[in-house]
Amino acid sequence: MFRPIDTPLARASVTLHVQGRPITARVGDTLAMALLNAGVVPFRQTPVSGQARAPLCLMGVCFDCLVEVDGQQNVQSCMVEVCEGMQVRLPIGARRAEDSV
Amino acid sequence: MKPHAELDTLVIGGGVVGMSLAYGLARAGERVRLLDEGDDAFRAARGNFGLVWVQGKGLDRPAYARWTLEAARQWPAFAQELAQHSGVDVELSQIGGLIMCMDEAELAQRAEGLAAVRQQLGQPYPFDVLDLKQLRALSPLVGPEVAGAVFCPLDGHVSPLRLLRALFQSFQNLGGELCAGVAVDAIAQRNGAFYVRTGGTEHVAAKVVLAAGLGNRALAPLVGLEAPVKPVRGQILVTERVQPFLRHPSLHVRQTGEGVVQIGDSKEDVGLDDGTTLAQLARISERAMRCFPLLKTVNIVRTWGALRVMSPDGFPIYQASTACPGAFVVTCHSGITLASQHAGPLADWIRGGQQPADISGFNAERFHV
Repeated sequence: MFRPIDTPLARASVTLHVQGRPITARVGDTLAMALLNAGVVPFRQTPVSGQARAPLCLMGVCFDCLVEVDGQQNVQSCMVEVCEGMQVRLPIGARRAEDSV
Repeated sequence: MKPHAELDTLVIGGGVVGMSLAYGLARAGERVRLLDEGDDAFRAARGNFGLVWVQGKGLDRPAYARWTLEAARQWPAFAQELAQHSGVDVELSQIGGLIMCMDEAELAQRAEGLAAVRQQLGQPYPFDVLDLKQLRALSPLVGPEVAGAVFCPLDGHVSPLRLLRALFQSFQNLGGELCAGVAVDAIAQRNGAFYVRTGGTEHVAAKVVLAAGLGNRALAPLVGLEAPVKPVRGQILVTERVQPFLRHPSLHVRQTGEGVVQIGDSKEDVGLDDGTTLAQLARISERAMRCFPLLKTVNIVRTWGALRVMSPDGFPIYQASTACPGAFVVTCHSGITLASQHAGPLADWIRGGQQPADISGFNAERFHV
C-alpha cells in the first residue's frame, strides 16, 4: 500500500522489532512511516469497541497511531523517530494500569 | 374562574436539576414542558464530576445530611427506573467512596468532621478511617505519599452525561415536551396561570419551576423569589482509557465505566469565565499523581472548566413563591447526588403535596439574617 519515495541522499537503515518481528526502516523515518512501509496495519484495536485503527493525520493531531514503544504505552508513532533496536508492541484495548518503564 | 392552561408545569432549565424534576413530574402524570437554553448557556450539568456523595455533607446542617443520605439510599432504585424508561445505563457504582488525605492531621480533621455529622444526625452514619495499609487493601495502586483515607460505604458515582441523557429520554418517553434552544424573556402570572415568553412564543401553565442554575438569579425576581447564586469554577482533566484499576471514587479521582480517569478539581471565584488555566491543571494533576503514581505516564486527552451554582452558604434553595403561588425556585450545587430526591419528594411537593420536612429551612430568607 505504501512505497517510499526515492531521494537523492541515501539513508542508512535501522532494524526495529514489531511484536518481536524485525523490520527495516530508514534513519530519519518516523515510527508511523516505518510501520506503514513494513505493512503493519492496523496499528491497534480501540479500547471500547475493539475497532482497528491506523494513522490518519501523521502530524500529531489524531492520536490514532498510538503504539507501545520500549515499554512506554500509547505513544504517538508519528511523533517519534525510529532508532536501532526499538521494541514496538501494538496495543489491543485500553492501556495497562501500570507504571511505564 | 381560572383560565384553562394546557400544561400543568413549565420547568425552566434542562440541567440535571431541572430534568430530574421534569422527569419526576411527568412520571407522576403531569403535563410538563421543559424550556432549555442554547449551548452557549453555562451548563454545570455537562461539566461536572458525577459523584453521588454523602460523606462530609451537612456538617451543622443535619437536615441537609438527612436529605443527602436519603438521596443516596434512593439512587439504586432511581438508576434502575431510569434504565427501564430510557434504556440508558447511567453507570451507577455505589460501593463506597474515599477522601484521601496527604497527612495525618488532615485525616484526623476529616474524621472529626464526620464524627460531628454522625452525632448531629442521631442515625446510623457509616464511615471508616483507613491508614495507608488498609486503604491499599481497597485501592492497591494508591501511592506511598498518601497518609490514609476516610471511607464511606454510601458514596458512589455515575456518568453525569449518561444521567442527563437518561433523564431527557425518560422525560420524553413519558410524554414530556422539550423546547430546546429557547431563552426566557418574561414571566407573568395572570388569573392563576403563568405566561412565559421565549422569543415570539408564549407558554402557558398552571405552575412554573425555575431550575436554570446561574440563570435563576435573574429569573427568580420575576415571580417574587430570589436566588442569590454565584459561579464557582471547577477544572477537570480526563485521561485516555486505562484498564480498570480504581473501583472506589474519591473526591478528586474516579475511573469511568469505559476506563477514562477523571481528575478534579479547583474552586475558583472568577465570575462567568469557564475556561482552564495551566496553573490549576498542573496543581490538580500533581495531587492526582501523588494519589496514584501510575497516572504520571497516562495521557491527558481533554480538560475543561465548568461553573458550579453556589448559594451564599453552599446549601440548596427550595422555595415556593407566596407572591406568585405556583412558582418555585430550585437550585443546588449537588444536582447529581440529589437527583433521586428531586425526582421523588421534591416533585411531589411541587405537585401540591407536603413540603419534605428536611428542606423546609432551605428558603432564601435565611440569607437576610
